Amino acid sequence: MQKAKAIELDVAVVDGVELSGSWNRMFEPRAISEYDIAVLDETTAIPGAESLGYCYQCGKCTAVCPVDTVGDYSPRKIFRRTQLGVSLVDSPDLWLCTTCRNCLRVCPKEVNMIQIMPAVRERAVLDGKAPDELLTAFENTARYGNPIGESPRKRAEWAKTAGVMVPVMAQKKSPVDVLWFVECYPAYHPRGKQASVALARLLNALNVDFGILGNEEKCAGDSQRMAGERGLFEMLAEHNIKMLSKYTFNHIVVTDPHAYNAFLHEYPKLGGDWPVQHYTQYLAERLSALSFVRSIPRRITFHDPCYLGRHNGEYDAPRRLLTALPGVELVEMGHCRETSYCCGGGGGGMWLDSFTRDYTSERLSEKRVREAIEYGADILAVTCPYEVPRFEDAVKSTGNAGKLAVMDIAELLAYSVGLTDEYAAN
Amino acid sequence: MRIAVLLKSVPDLIEDIPIDEESGEILYDEMSYIPSEWDDQALEEALLIKEESGAEVTAITVDTGESDTMLFTALAKGADHGVKLVGDFDPSLPNRQRAHIFSQYLGPQSFDLVLSGVQAIDDIDGQIPGLVAGILGWPHASVVTEVRAHDNRVIFRQEYAGGLVAEIKVSTPAVIGVQAARKPPRYASIAKVRQIAKSSQLEEVEMSIQEVPSLEILRFYKPIASGHAEMIDGDVDEAVDRIIEILQEHNLMRG
Amino acid sequence: MGLILVVMENGASGFTDASRELLGKARELTKHQDGQVMAVGFGPQSEKALRRLAVDRVICADSALLASYNPAAYEACLDQIIKANAPCITLIANTTLGIDLGAGVASRCNLPLIAYCTDLQINGNKITATSQIFAGKAVAEIRIPDSGAIVTVLPGVWNADTDVGDPDFETWPVDTPQMMEVLKVIEPETGDVDITKADILVSVGRGIESPENLPLAEDLATSMGGVVSCSRPVVDAGWLPKARQVGKSGQTVKPKLYLALGISGAPEHLQGMRDADLIIAVNTDENASIMDVAHYGTTVDMLELMPALAQRLRGE
Repeated sequence: MQKAKAIELDVAVVDGVELSGSWNRMFEPRAISEYDIAVLDETTAIPGAESLGYCYQCGKCTAVCPVDTVGDYSPRKIFRRTQLGVSLVDSPDLWLCTTCRNCLRVCPKEVNMIQIMPAVRERAVLDGKAPDELLTAFENTARYGNPIGESPRKRAEWAKTAGVMVPVMAQKKSPVDVLWFVECYPAYHPRGKQASVALARLLNALNVDFGILGNEEKCAGDSQRMAGERGLFEMLAEHNIKMLSKYTFNHIVVTDPHAYNAFLHEYPKLGGDWPVQHYTQYLAERLSALSFVRSIPRRITFHDPCYLGRHNGEYDAPRRLLTALPGVELVEMGHCRETSYCCGGGGGGMWLDSFTRDYTSERLSEKRVREAIEYGADILAVTCPYEVPRFEDAVKSTGNAGKLAVMDIAELLAYSVGLTDEYAAN
Repeated sequence: MRIAVLLKSVPDLIEDIPIDEESGEILYDEMSYIPSEWDDQALEEALLIKEESGAEVTAITVDTGESDTMLFTALAKGADHGVKLVGDFDPSLPNRQRAHIFSQYLGPQSFDLVLSGVQAIDDIDGQIPGLVAGILGWPHASVVTEVRAHDNRVIFRQEYAGGLVAEIKVSTPAVIGVQAARKPPRYASIAKVRQIAKSSQLEEVEMSIQEVPSLEILRFYKPIASGHAEMIDGDVDEAVDRIIEILQEHNLMRG
Repeated sequence: MGLILVVMENGASGFTDASRELLGKARELTKHQDGQVMAVGFGPQSEKALRRLAVDRVICADSALLASYNPAAYEACLDQIIKANAPCITLIANTTLGIDLGAGVASRCNLPLIAYCTDLQINGNKITATSQIFAGKAVAEIRIPDSGAIVTVLPGVWNADTDVGDPDFETWPVDTPQMMEVLKVIEPETGDVDITKADILVSVGRGIESPENLPLAEDLATSMGGVVSCSRPVVDAGWLPKARQVGKSGQTVKPKLYLALGISGAPEHLQGMRDADLIIAVNTDENASIMDVAHYGTTVDMLELMPALAQRLRGE
């Protein structure tokens, strides 16, 4: 057994007083453990997971970890369990982290779960220890370019219902100003498609010269990367970079904060370096060009997406758009901006709902919906494609159907500008 | 023990089946292709045998297009060799031809056991394992859910209607059509597949088309459903309402 | 027309319905066409039943070696019988036996094989077969060549023939090397429930996604007074025991209600449940084959529907 070295002395002299071993433990640093730390060493030896070993158990992370509020999980606990010999590779803990980044925000030792999780998960995937539902999402993404398993030939089908022109680059054959990277849920999910239609109409109303990749687009892959499939991420990134490189455009606008994160930090490493904006940033810069014709006399609260806010520091653009909506009263929830809660969908959580259910008392999305209702909101505004379906489910499962509408900011804007007829789906 | 696993790709049913209504022909070029799921089961069973009692596993496919990824994935999962039988073949290659090409390759090789998927969604002219066995004159069984091999003694389990199962010993060489492996097929991480694709070589063997019995297919068409379900519109709540009504109409509500 | 050869399969008591279904069709095809129907049975136990079949000729391969099904021995024997009699069509049910023998014998006899056949029709002096392909998403019409063909037929498409006759009887000697030995036959584990006896089946398929979701189905079944059954992939994944499987290699069921959740409806599955009194299918694909046999269908998310329906049924 590989033990931490005992450092107590037989006799110590403290302030001139000689103390025996049993006493001097109070005054000297002492070995807190007789643990075999082989498992901890094994884990921190995984490239990317080194910082787990830095933890000194202060517990700041536990106080802010969203998963801990619905279960028995926090980075501190992960360190402790690993120290006690429970391998993270085999532990369900490995799949509960949503990579929301709240722990890293407060950690004095920079124990970085955003690097630890994908690294250790990659090992687990290689060892055949990942949950089946996650592997299904990986397989779908590898085969079809989207985690849902929809036909890649139907990726641009939504555009037919937009009622405005949504040029596909392969057909347009001319440079554009904005390349809109749509992503999977906005292309396939029924509610995601509604937000895409709203955004397409907004771009048209603003006379933006834009195009989409259509069927040439594949999932940006950032959540698959965080869930432990780096190889899949690289394959997707190489494909997307190759497709994007065929066309001439000035910048990329993305619907999805996860794609935003990928284009900002990961794609440049693989040779895909373009200026990128989240659509809320793009629209916030053009607010003055939008003329609002309808009032939304509702109390709205906003859920900061982890990958737009904490990961990339954008808190204001969505709020500028929301406060511009006539009639709207914007209320902030207790967990907002840097301390925002998490919808549970990040880091692969989107594809681990069944797995997670066994280890948590409720979904993170359910907890967040309760908070929104506590603040008297009529509408929970979101701006990440994972969130509309997650929060709408949560509104129903918490028995709040009819009390809280979940709307993408694009949907609210399009309604208020008079481009769509409804702003509340339920 | 040397095990050959025969793989093939089939049209992906996630896409509509493109049929030329005039000619009644299937437009093979317009379909996308995926590995046949039963072949995946056969590969898994072969790998389980390898892990259990040692074996050399060779994954073999007739190259009708993008077969490299399929073979590299097999290697990433643990197969020892990947063999691509190449020639002037396209995805419309009939199974009978495919079976003869496989057999032509397998004949002079000294495999003890040949595993393949019990069936595939496109084998209207025959299932590969049975055809290959018949051509080679080797014993064969399909609808098999477990194969164990010790010291060249092969024992498998075959399933019949109603869940009846027989345990059968077979002399080698033998061909087995696998319905399901003992465990669900393993996942090969993309990183591993990509690394294998860079570091491994596939063996390419030139093959030719042969004269074989073929089907005179008059036409293909989409089935005219004898009846399609009456679709219940609306969201989950509306579906629940309607299902409750239907249950009431049929006196299927308790109490 | 010449000879139609029908392969009879031994069941628990006499010949299986799947093979008797072939007899009726063979007789219909030969009735006006001056052809003959010959049936082949295996094992000494088949003799009595063979002698009472309403066909022209029967052959009994009466070796005790063939008393229980042995794929290699049956195949070798059938190969010889076909070569000796040169039938224009050989009909085999697409059961395990048909999947084994069909392809094997076709290639041994150098005859084409038509698999997954659902109908045979006379057009002029030609016979056309209709076959399913792509999991039932397309159908092929195939002309049967004069030189003959082996045809494997999906069970359940025709009526079983139970007529009695007095055919010419012949035995067939077996002189093939023994390449397979049946070590034992294992009865299916009945498990905790017998799904063939349940009035209501809540049946789950691939759409259940993960074993963690099974309690939702169990809960729904309980609230309906039924039991949970499933399709093949769920058993293959090890999520439910074999005894719960509906379909070709599982159980054939005929409940009052079959609620199919996330089951696309492969022909092998439909074979085991299409006769249910009421079929309600929940599947995200409106064009899934299950919808063709279902009376009602919905495309809502089964994972949402299950708890919602259970809640309503409990009156919550």
